[in-house]
Amino acid sequence: MTDVDAMVKVGMADMNVAEGGAVLKTTGLGSCVGLTLYDPGLKLAGMAHIMLPSSDIAREGQLNIAKYADTAVPELVKRLKARGAALDRLVAKMAGGAQMFAFMSGTSDTMRIGPRNVEATKLELDRLSIRLVAEDTGGNYGRTVELSSQSGVFVIRSVQFGVKEI
Amino acid sequence: MNLFRNNADFKLDVLREVGNIGAGNAATALSTLLNKPVDMAVPTVNLLPFEKISERVGGSEAVVVAIFLRVEGDSPGNMFFIINREPARRILQDLLGFSAAENEQYTELELSALNEIGNILAGSYLSSLADFTGLRLTPTVPSLAVDMAGAILSYGLLQFGTMGDDALLIDTTFLEGQEDTDGHFFLIPDPDSFEKLFRALGVPI
Repeated sequence: MTDVDAMVKVGMADMNVAEGGAVLKTTGLGSCVGLTLYDPGLKLAGMAHIMLPSSDIAREGQLNIAKYADTAVPELVKRLKARGAALDRLVAKMAGGAQMFAFMSGTSDTMRIGPRNVEATKLELDRLSIRLVAEDTGGNYGRTVELSSQSGVFVIRSVQFGVKEI
Repeated sequence: MNLFRNNADFKLDVLREVGNIGAGNAATALSTLLNKPVDMAVPTVNLLPFEKISERVGGSEAVVVAIFLRVEGDSPGNMFFIINREPARRILQDLLGFSAAENEQYTELELSALNEIGNILAGSYLSSLADFTGLRLTPTVPSLAVDMAGAILSYGLLQFGTMGDDALLIDTTFLEGQEDTDGHFFLIPDPDSFEKLFRALGVPI
């Protein structure tokens, strides 16, 4: 396997950084958001699999900062900067935030978690002045996503709609 | 989880019994519905990392038929009835009496039938559990999805998500006749529900 084919997996509530042609991948996004940041100058890519909107609701002892939108976005930026990325070159793409199940009664906050993850992630990008150049969010279906550190192309796969590139 | 610091083995046994009683009744209901024997395996109870949960049903990207409902009442939680597409087809054939379409799309009738099966099974699981524990447990209207297992199951992990990166899963496997594994019943009580469940059953905390 050459370096160009290398696949870097990002688990649930996890983040990773890749360069040198490696591809970042996360599978089975439902209400979770797959956020990617890319520095085209360095061909450096980062991806986070965000599960919940805000760390305010965390009750865990050791906070997993990759899990929450408000902590994951700044941390991913920090890790990319540590590898030389320039904040004003970073472009964001994201997918996910679906509402997998439609309930007849009571649209509780838990059920709206997908849209809330998307909103919280956008808010955080705004705060850091990072441009969101493309997104494929919402709907009621799952997605698997890949970001190539070579091209910055974001590939989205779903059961209903096949393959899409943004 | 702190709750399992004392009597951990006994508590896990109790949760296995919860799965046994609930899924046992659901298996009987399914057997009646299909008019053929349905067996089930001994339930497994594990604290699993989020990533590992979808591996139980073929991996995060495996396409499954899932019926999801929220359990409300004294001991809230999430419940899934998950079947792969091939056994879902067989069940539909048994139930509707004609061969389901070969393509990947389900008809309205098939989706409605699957949803109703989920409704009946989850209802019998929960009512037997409510009888056994004396707790008030009511299911929400079930909702059906045919999609990637990871995308579906993540919905059941949100309550555990605020606590850590693992969830406690009560998993019971179904077998219809001689065939391989056909379906899974996942019960994922909310983290705060375990104490109530144990108290209701007289298990020392």
